[in-house]
Amino acid sequence: MTQSDARSPLAGGSPPSDPAGSSANRPQTGADEPSARPRRFDWLSEFLARLEDEHIVAHRGDARILAPAHRLVLDPEDWAVAAKLAAAMGMRHAGLWADPLDDGETEAGTDEPCIRVRACLEQAGDYLVIETDVPLNRPLLGSQTPVYPGLDRLERHAHDLTGVVFTGHPFDSTQDRPDERRWTRHQAWPAERFPLRHDFPLRGETTRRTPADTDYPFVRVQGAGVYEIPVGPVHAGIIEPGHFRFHAMGEEVLRLEQRFGYVHKGIEKLAVGRDPAGLIRLAGRVSGDSTVAHAWAACQAIERATGCAVPPRALTLRAVMAERERIANHLGDIGAICNDVGFAFAHVQCARLREQWQRRSHELFGHRLMMDALIPGGVVHDLSADAFLALRQDHAALHRAVEPLFDVIDDHPSLDDRLIATGILSLTDARALGCTGYVGKASGLRFDVRRDNPYPPYDGVRVEESVETEGDVAARVRVRMAEVRGSLWMLDRLLDALPEGAIAVPLPAAPPGAVGLGLIEGWRGEILCFVRFDVAGHIARYFPRDPSWFTWPALERLILGNIVPDFPVCNKSVNGSYAGQDL
Amino acid sequence: MFRILGQSFTAGVVTEPPPDHEDTELARLGIELRRLIDARFGRSLAIRQVDAGSCNGCELEIHALNNPYHDVERFGLHFVASPRHADALLVTGPVSRHMETALRRTWRAMPSPKFVIAAGECACNGGEFGVSYASCGAVENVLPVDVKIPGCPPMPLDLLKGLLGALRTA
Repeated sequence: MTQSDARSPLAGGSPPSDPAGSSANRPQTGADEPSARPRRFDWLSEFLARLEDEHIVAHRGDARILAPAHRLVLDPEDWAVAAKLAAAMGMRHAGLWADPLDDGETEAGTDEPCIRVRACLEQAGDYLVIETDVPLNRPLLGSQTPVYPGLDRLERHAHDLTGVVFTGHPFDSTQDRPDERRWTRHQAWPAERFPLRHDFPLRGETTRRTPADTDYPFVRVQGAGVYEIPVGPVHAGIIEPGHFRFHAMGEEVLRLEQRFGYVHKGIEKLAVGRDPAGLIRLAGRVSGDSTVAHAWAACQAIERATGCAVPPRALTLRAVMAERERIANHLGDIGAICNDVGFAFAHVQCARLREQWQRRSHELFGHRLMMDALIPGGVVHDLSADAFLALRQDHAALHRAVEPLFDVIDDHPSLDDRLIATGILSLTDARALGCTGYVGKASGLRFDVRRDNPYPPYDGVRVEESVETEGDVAARVRVRMAEVRGSLWMLDRLLDALPEGAIAVPLPAAPPGAVGLGLIEGWRGEILCFVRFDVAGHIARYFPRDPSWFTWPALERLILGNIVPDFPVCNKSVNGSYAGQDL
Repeated sequence: MFRILGQSFTAGVVTEPPPDHEDTELARLGIELRRLIDARFGRSLAIRQVDAGSCNGCELEIHALNNPYHDVERFGLHFVASPRHADALLVTGPVSRHMETALRRTWRAMPSPKFVIAAGECACNGGEFGVSYASCGAVENVLPVDVKIPGCPPMPLDLLKGLLGALRTA
């Protein structure tokens, strides 16, 4: 029985499956995986029925164009209602992005310039992309933020870069002054100009100095004894820039509001016109600590769009690098969390292990962070037999080293005192914001792309489930320790099953207007990546959605009621990427 | 407590004893650095690091300077929290337009004599991002730069070599 046989009948299109070659499909033989998965997309017919009840027309179109996601085209006036129905069914929102189609060479059927807005939803490991077009001269669309609060910043980002106005957004009291809900835009370009539109030059329209964005409307908490603490953008450490505005009373945090966008480098605009190899170099620099994950997500999107069959050996080597990246970052962060509560012992020990790990990455993959080790169609470095042995020994050595160390971190009175019950993120908040990765897992959300929508080679290896329910800093540390152990175990399985063969194939030419969706479990959580090609085979749109888009707002919530001095440790336990969300 | 002592004891001191080529180089660089710092700044060099738009790769490697393998504090090099305490400004990333003013203000807050080190490809020449509507490109487009340390990101030893160069020219 093949996978598509197992699906329930779908209205409005044939069932989704992968384009030839990308082979994210897993034959549902049931032999390799003991847990019997529910049939894929068994909820989709109900969602379509509910849309129909609301008299919403889901247009026919190619439903498989963004495989493995199912695609639905909606009318703009149904946009907000569709989100409401999705939320009622308990679907998770995985991101929203806008794509201005104003370059005059878009596909047939769109005669007037428009902005195509896409949103990705997920239920039970299956993805649904909903899509709509709004006219460029009147780009109004209902906001989905009222039912999906995690979308707030993504909608504001989409507005700042493309000009889509989201109506009914919770900030609607300022609707006449959309400038006041700016997010990514500071003062580098005027409010009525939108960098991602075709008429906006990459070099910008001014060369004058950019003033500080001083009049951003922070929400104020007022009352006797309430005071504000502004922090940033330049922090007192070796950290990325961003601004935190605390309102506190005594030691207790009453409100935290983040203001980001300081490291906005125009990545989405820079991607336009690049060739696939150039895009992967850029993707590897979306967030330096997630260079493998972002590069893989972009490769996957490109390879799905072009129908490239990546050799199995290359896919396994990518997974080896991704798991190495996960371990390196978790080791560094576990140590840093302990350091933030004055437990330097763990910090030094973890830094020691991380350094050894990075030196091996440099030796075998040519770079301490494994930057530029992925290329479209494969990977750059092959593993020799010696390297294979060295890695196996490394894994065993790291396993021996972390066990006594994690034993101390897991159960040490002075750490317990500071980490347990600190910075609690409730399951409700984590779900509402769409948190994935260790932040979601520590609050009871077990989602992991590697297990719930497995892409090769994860379809052939067991992904350990590491879920906690407390949602505090200690739980996030435990999840990270479990992920280090799980990844170590998995690395050995991946190496043992390393297929023979080529490590790269040439990328086929992209069909005009081809689109692709990449979905990768990075060390922070689910990374979504969208790529669209233009008619000449260059990149026309690139959007990487880092998990930080949803975990930064989680930090605003989990800090409430904690004391100001616990902010560093709470922040480190979440460790969102500034670069990854400022783009 | 015994577990901690046991772990510390078995892990021992990893701070680069000189068994291989790399480590000898580190020791040599460190000693030379130490000498120059003593001569020019009186015992120590205080560095204020500012990320002006990097992808955070450079930050990871700067952090690695402080790990027990490199332990740069032993050479009299330390990172400070305030520009008021700093002798050198270590800038990473292309300077994003949104960080332009913050970077200038940080530099202005430093007492003289001061020097600016651009670390990483982006800071040296704009790197993958260059000059755009959102980025001013290389640090020298915004501040006078004394020393450039290339690399994407520069490895800890490259950073040390670059700092040494900075002291020679300062």
